[in-house]
Amino acid sequence: MQNMDFWFGEMHTENVKLCIRVEKQLFSAVSDFQRIDVFDSPEFGRFLTSDGSIIFSEKDEFPYDEMIVHVPMAVHPDVKRVLVIGGGDGGVARELSHYKEIEVIDVVEPDKMFVDVCRRFFPHNACGLDDVRVRIYYEDGLRFLRSKEDDYDLIINDCTDPLGHEAGLFTREFYGSCYKALHSDGIMVYQHGSPFFDEDEESCRAMHRKAFRSFPILRVYQAHIPTCPAGYWLFGFASKKYHPLKDFNPKRWNQRGIKTWYYTTHLHKGSFMLPRYVEDLLKEEEN
Amino acid sequence: MDIERQKCAPIYTALERFRKQRVVPFDVPGHKRGRGNPELVELLGERCVNIDVNSMKPLDNLCHPVSVIKEAEELAADAFGAAHAFLMVNGTTSSVQAMILSVCKPGDKIIMPRNVHKSAINALILCGAIPVYIDPKVDTHLGIPLGSELSDARAAVEANPDAVAILINNPTYYGICSDLKGLVKLAHEHHMLALVDEAHGTHLYFGPDLPCSAMEAGADMSAVSMHKSGGSLTQSSILLVGPRVNAGYVGQIINLTQTTSASYLLMSSLDISRRNLALRGKESFAKVVNMAQYARHEINDVGGYYAYGTELINGGSIYDFDTTKLAVYTRGIGLTGIEVYDLLRDEYDIQIEFGDLSNMLAYISIGDRIQDIERLVGALADIRRLYSQPKSESFTAEYISPTVAVSPQKAFYAEKESLPIRETAGRICGESVMCYPPGIPMLAPGEVITQEIIDYILFAKEKGCSMQGPESPDISKLNVLKEVT
Repeated sequence: MQNMDFWFGEMHTENVKLCIRVEKQLFSAVSDFQRIDVFDSPEFGRFLTSDGSIIFSEKDEFPYDEMIVHVPMAVHPDVKRVLVIGGGDGGVARELSHYKEIEVIDVVEPDKMFVDVCRRFFPHNACGLDDVRVRIYYEDGLRFLRSKEDDYDLIINDCTDPLGHEAGLFTREFYGSCYKALHSDGIMVYQHGSPFFDEDEESCRAMHRKAFRSFPILRVYQAHIPTCPAGYWLFGFASKKYHPLKDFNPKRWNQRGIKTWYYTTHLHKGSFMLPRYVEDLLKEEEN
Repeated sequence: MDIERQKCAPIYTALERFRKQRVVPFDVPGHKRGRGNPELVELLGERCVNIDVNSMKPLDNLCHPVSVIKEAEELAADAFGAAHAFLMVNGTTSSVQAMILSVCKPGDKIIMPRNVHKSAINALILCGAIPVYIDPKVDTHLGIPLGSELSDARAAVEANPDAVAILINNPTYYGICSDLKGLVKLAHEHHMLALVDEAHGTHLYFGPDLPCSAMEAGADMSAVSMHKSGGSLTQSSILLVGPRVNAGYVGQIINLTQTTSASYLLMSSLDISRRNLALRGKESFAKVVNMAQYARHEINDVGGYYAYGTELINGGSIYDFDTTKLAVYTRGIGLTGIEVYDLLRDEYDIQIEFGDLSNMLAYISIGDRIQDIERLVGALADIRRLYSQPKSESFTAEYISPTVAVSPQKAFYAEKESLPIRETAGRICGESVMCYPPGIPMLAPGEVITQEIIDYILFAKEKGCSMQGPESPDISKLNVLKEVT
């Protein structure tokens, strides 16, 4: 049987396009917030898109979910209360569920349809939402945070698109609200976008500019995620007390025996070593 | 309103038909569908420059409408409940001025609130009419001017039975509404016309449970800023006319100053917006009201701020409140509205409509989304956390009744000299002095400067009020008329 010439395309810039051959489209609907589509593909397995942009694929969600969870968890010595903003697919919650000491995982996702679609088509991720410690709130993230003060040890901003319906989660008011919602030794990690293409560089800079002014410790780390623009993705590590490398405890983390495919304690250190052009552009925003 | 007819948009339809005909242009504008100005096409897009065309037979002419523009004006009149409507292309300033020029001849008196928009004062300079001012009451805590009280208007009408019209500003920028029906009735009982500056009130004609609109109240003319809450392009506006006014004469007045090359971008935006308002206005503004109410509730929950609403209604100077407006008193966190305005823009990438010494106003409209409201509220909460200061009250200047010695027109053209402010008592002022808060003039051109006013200006300035208008920025000097009364 021959493959159809059926492709999903996503413009990464006006002049660069990522194309993925598709076997079939499984789902398409428009919610109050976004258009959601689900496809099966030979190379990336099943993947989900929001307004035409890939949110995650079966094949390459692991670097993302592991790096956004295990990096802060290997630094903070005692995480009990975690807030995940976005994260309706359950991948982040699944990684968090490896940690016994966590008592509460609050997942705030404005779009219920997104969660329903993930439960239906991505049970491997969505199983994370079935952990008894997970509480799902179908609410706007900024609104949820507004009333929270000194409440969490770790906040993970799992939203991807600084220009889409989640734009409010890449703003100074968001970073400020997170700061307020965290305990005095809390950590926030967030998606920092891809710095490679000119078009994305500005939003990457703006994010760093805002976050850098909101937290005393701010470091950026990186991962390789093929479906992201240029296959390259940054994360922000914003912290009130713990330094991602100086307070990093590899021995303790390795004793946990968590099975990963991407994260290692060696990679933890390496991921904070950034290319010169990224270091430079971040530094420019710090002055 | 005839809903079936309202589904038409004659100017839009004519433009679409014209576009498909691919007529070769040997007329103005010279950019010829953008071909002569590729950079402009790059900026505005091909569709936009393609309909930037001149008046011609199939597209009618705004100066003398006989076909599609006439039809669009009839539809607008029907949608707003007016006897006649004029599409305006030089802003609501032109609508306000056309109202005044249509009813006032040189020397005629017109009654208006003291805090009237400068477009109205400029109209007086053009036509030589004499203003009779009503004291807009002030909320001294919030530092904002309120509406016209019926009793004040009655006193002005009875003292000036020869006045030709009353001008009412409704709603105000802050959403304060006057007793329009009462004021219109008062005017008509005394054989005066009732004109309404409804620049901030387009939505009153369409939204559910909103304060009374000018045409509903029986007013004779109203200037409606379609580009504000109505959704049309900046600079487009509509002038509404009631049955007592001769629309033909108003048309002549408009043509005195109106361009003979009216923009089809502006006119088609009015046409399409009118259709949207007629067909979907009710749902749209219900949504706007809900968003504004939600924001009010959430902002008041943050603490420190006061986002005010219908609880202000007092039956007089605040006869009603326009709930689509989102004005917030910021002194409770120790910051001026201007400071909050600057912080929102510089630190949070949020642009609001304005900030004054005690308030800020965020404009909520049919283009807003709830997630943007969350951003605004989130930013205000963050500003309170990071920047709040000890609470402070601002001083709000009081109203001093002015004495108009010569018409604004005469004062405008008169020879003037600059004098130290303390030496100006008894002279006639040649410029205006605005005092913020509450944004009401202390002096306007043509008015007698008294010792009381001088003392008060200096006192209010010392108390931290901002004085604007005079050529001398620190208001140490005033321009007065050379001619001594």
